[in-house]
Amino acid sequence: MTVLLLVLPLLGCLAVLGLPPKRAAAFGVAVTSATLATALLMAATFDYHRSGFAQFSVNAPWIPLIDLRIHLGVDGISLPLVVLTALLCALCAGYLARPSGQPERPRALVALLLLTEVGMLGTFVALNLLLFFVFFEVVLVPMYAVIAGWGGQRRAAAARQFILYTLLGSGVLLVGLLLLYSRTSTMDMVVLVGRAGTGLSHGVQVLGFLLIAGGLAVKVPVWPLHSWLPDAHTQAPTVGSVLLAGVLLKMGTYGMVRIAVPMLPEGAVALAPALGALGVAGIVYAALACLAQRDLKRLIAFSSVGHMGFVLLGIATLTPVGINAALLGNIAHGLITGLLFFLVGGIAQRYGSTDIDRIGGGLLAKAPRLGSLLVFAAVASLGLPGLAGFWGEMLAMLSAFRPAGGLNPALYLVFLAVAGLGTVLTAAYFLVMLRRVAQGVVPPRWTAERFGDVTAREWVAWTPLLVLVLAIGLWPRIVLGVTDGAVRVLLRGG
Amino acid sequence: MTNLAADAQGATGLAGSAWLLLALPTLGAIVLLVGGRRTNKWGHILGSATVLGTFVYGLALFFSTTGLDAYKRTQELHLFAWIPVNALKVDFGLRLDPLSLTFVLLITGVGALIHIYSVGYMSHDRDRRRFFAYLNLFVAAMLLLVLGNGFVTLYFGWEGVGLASYLLIGWYQDRPSAATAAKKAFLMNRVGDLGLAVAIFLMFANLGTTQYSEVFAKIGTLPSGTILAITLLLLLGACGKSGQFPLQSWLPDAMEGPTPVSALIHAATMVTAGVYLIARSNPIYDLTGDGRLIVTIIGTVTLLIGCIVGCAYDDIKKVLAYSTVSQIGYMILAVGLGPFGYALGIMHLLTHGFFKAGLFLGAGSVMHGMNDEVDMRKFGGLWRLMPITFVTFGLGYLALIGFPGLSGYFSKDAIIEAAFGQEGWRGWAFGGAALLGAGLTAFYMTRLVLMTFFGEKRWKDLKSADGKDFHPHESPKSMTIPMIILAIGSVGAGAFLSVGNRLVDWLEPSLGGLKESEHFVIPKGTVTILTIVLMLLGVGAAWLFVGRKPVPVTRPARVSFPVRAARADLYGNALNEALFARPGTWLTRALVFVDNKGVDGVVNGLAAMLGGTSGRLRRAQTGFVRSYALSMLGGSILVVAALLAVRFS
Repeated sequence: MTVLLLVLPLLGCLAVLGLPPKRAAAFGVAVTSATLATALLMAATFDYHRSGFAQFSVNAPWIPLIDLRIHLGVDGISLPLVVLTALLCALCAGYLARPSGQPERPRALVALLLLTEVGMLGTFVALNLLLFFVFFEVVLVPMYAVIAGWGGQRRAAAARQFILYTLLGSGVLLVGLLLLYSRTSTMDMVVLVGRAGTGLSHGVQVLGFLLIAGGLAVKVPVWPLHSWLPDAHTQAPTVGSVLLAGVLLKMGTYGMVRIAVPMLPEGAVALAPALGALGVAGIVYAALACLAQRDLKRLIAFSSVGHMGFVLLGIATLTPVGINAALLGNIAHGLITGLLFFLVGGIAQRYGSTDIDRIGGGLLAKAPRLGSLLVFAAVASLGLPGLAGFWGEMLAMLSAFRPAGGLNPALYLVFLAVAGLGTVLTAAYFLVMLRRVAQGVVPPRWTAERFGDVTAREWVAWTPLLVLVLAIGLWPRIVLGVTDGAVRVLLRGG
Repeated sequence: MTNLAADAQGATGLAGSAWLLLALPTLGAIVLLVGGRRTNKWGHILGSATVLGTFVYGLALFFSTTGLDAYKRTQELHLFAWIPVNALKVDFGLRLDPLSLTFVLLITGVGALIHIYSVGYMSHDRDRRRFFAYLNLFVAAMLLLVLGNGFVTLYFGWEGVGLASYLLIGWYQDRPSAATAAKKAFLMNRVGDLGLAVAIFLMFANLGTTQYSEVFAKIGTLPSGTILAITLLLLLGACGKSGQFPLQSWLPDAMEGPTPVSALIHAATMVTAGVYLIARSNPIYDLTGDGRLIVTIIGTVTLLIGCIVGCAYDDIKKVLAYSTVSQIGYMILAVGLGPFGYALGIMHLLTHGFFKAGLFLGAGSVMHGMNDEVDMRKFGGLWRLMPITFVTFGLGYLALIGFPGLSGYFSKDAIIEAAFGQEGWRGWAFGGAALLGAGLTAFYMTRLVLMTFFGEKRWKDLKSADGKDFHPHESPKSMTIPMIILAIGSVGAGAFLSVGNRLVDWLEPSLGGLKESEHFVIPKGTVTILTIVLMLLGVGAAWLFVGRKPVPVTRPARVSFPVRAARADLYGNALNEALFARPGTWLTRALVFVDNKGVDGVVNGLAAMLGGTSGRLRRAQTGFVRSYALSMLGGSILVVAALLAVRFS
């Protein structure tokens, strides 16, 4: 079933190029829906009691010379991300298929979307380091093309920056993976997790962790390597932004949890404090930057840096609670920020701009449902209890109270305090945004303008996200119950 | 003297379906929000019915509990696990005990009256249905706050009422001041919430649980420093939600919301959540005298700030808001006295719920008849034109200033006495401040009543903000009947609750017994007489300043320093501005500058250095498919080469 998950969008990607452009979007919906159905079927047949082992696994040799094997599988850590990816891709395809805003060159865009999906899903199911890296890279180029081909006015610079930054990160990551390979002679992730760093000297572990986590840090993005992100998000078309924030950023933190922490435990202990420090610095930095933004898309892009800071803090504690929090935070951020970008896309389509001053307030009066949804997504993102964003952030902060052995508890208390300040600032910028966009009277220039409230098609695309944000907020066990067993196995070393 | 807070029975019988208390208003909110305009016609009826139904059910629960023995009165109902993770178990359940049931009756009782009042008050609002949806949402969250059986569940309700409060303060979207006030309320609360959250972390990290029964059973095993830290962090949370010093300045601004909201959320229920939190955590506060002392100091400081600023405002709702700040200060002072005061704090909370809600509804009724005017300098002589409003408001006023026999007399006098029962300087300081507060309260409330209902009809020659003449008139029945019921409560509740120690005995399983001090720095009888004397002095002073001579319609600009300071909220906002807002703005601007110029500059420079590459990439945007294939190929070759190099090294 894992193979089907990758083959479906891959075949779809090739097939769509042979279709007439008019039917491309509808075809994209069909393929992504089939992939989503496969992912859901996997989730339904997943054995939640057998936490340790990768399920639905496939293990076949591909290029024995360099130990490249097609080793795929799903466990409690990857399953939620697989479902999230499939869901967001299906919603993006649905968004492209709406009658009111058909994109230019639909065939190419759908093909790129499907190729991105292959790469993202592949990253989450790969159990061979090299395969992981290949899928990780597969995502990069189509995303570059989506930004460069369908982006805003300054798309060229943004796309260039995106690819330069992430290629640089990938290079460092590759060196780190090769270092690991040169010392262990295996690329098998299950084996490496099982060894938990035995046979690797302290120096190698620290260097390996530095390279691998450092390479992944660009993708997360860890402050101060984030500066590609606001431009990429601002310039990317709506589907690009949704996938960037919803899935791509998670590939970085997933890699840390899956590879860096369990395979190089001594390196993790040595460098986790630095990771945590950068994480909480990012939380506060992003919040302050958000307070000064004048563009909605840019604001939400910066907010991602902050949310990923909480995820990093969770990982940096190296405790089961912290890593569970990180995984939950990943999923919650994917859903909420995905929703936010969809909403901003809807606003841009109506107002022709995402500039906060140009919108000028009064969204709740002009389009009450769209405004209410924006309020909902914003309070979810600022971590209101009962909605998905809350648990990841709170548990990450809780885990900072008791970091793993070998870490300095006093330092983590400082992290906790800084992160706490970040939660206040996060609330501040979202409320300022709502104050300037949603509340207030409709400015004169828009009063005569006629545009509708949320359309039926938009409801279809957004409702799954709304429901999941609420459901995970009320029953976090939907995610935690799945991840917990796998996290324990990972930290125990197989 | 038994404290049963750590013990709980499984809920059976009627209590077994106590989740209905939460479900009814939640359902109301969902139907009204999801149903949209289709529910416009009957939305307000449904909204009121759900709260009334909850009240009736709460009443039934209350009577079924009063029949039980004291040790059986605390019942718990497990619903589900928030988090099932091994090391981290957080359950969601309800605790039905005398304390929570008391709050259930207050919230749903006053809530139902205010829902009914809103039917008339909001009848001209296009969005009345959404208003009722938010009110239902608030009631559900507030019930969750008081019914939860652990701190995490309490936190959910805590943030939920904060959200409802935010939505309702910002209700009038055409007023920029309303949106700003809503934002301010949420943010200042967020600071307090952080304290509450960290207190919960501390319990979790040290005790491994956040359920009340387990926390209260194990708390004694912790070192005293940790206990003190927990109590202070909980106090920070209480300060945010209850508008206590130094987080008090959001509450008067919150008066931008519609008046029923001010009555329900910002007077009777939500803002008293801080008092509930401390009273609920009594087994923790019992262990730390220092923690309680700081609670008492905060309460005392706040009650004085509220009184002083309340004397200076001309906005009828703001005066009432500062009065709320000050009265909650009394409650916090009371619960800070520990076993000498928990029950007294709750008693004042209940009587205050009646008379302050009544006063706000009365103020709303005045505004309803006066084209939404709030400036008392434009009122005057209204008593003849609004007789029911005048009488009900007058009774609430007498109750608030502690007129003998009325509610406030019993509840506030008891707190002042208990404060004088403290040893040494504490008795003098806290008792003296509480006594002074009683005099000031009488002053500003008398001033309010005189300016509004007596004197010349100053509105006769004025026009309202929208250019109409004033035609004051009595409000419709749906508004006056709730006012009458609350007025009855203002008169009788104090006597009813204190006769034969009714409330104190009822609350004993939750709060422990009420202790009586052994020695008072001033004899109790003298305290009572002093309180009455100071009250009369306050009333008399107000008569001298306001009643005896005509009130100028515009407020005098040349005033003495104390009045200027009071008008500026004793510089609370200026302090916030200087300490937080301005440095924040500078920092933000600096960061954005760095982000745009610094980090990006480095990367762009790097890009320029790699001139050939970036040139190729620039071209790629036109023929990206080809270059994509090329990059893939190039990347693959690189990977394979590197792997082979490692393999054969």
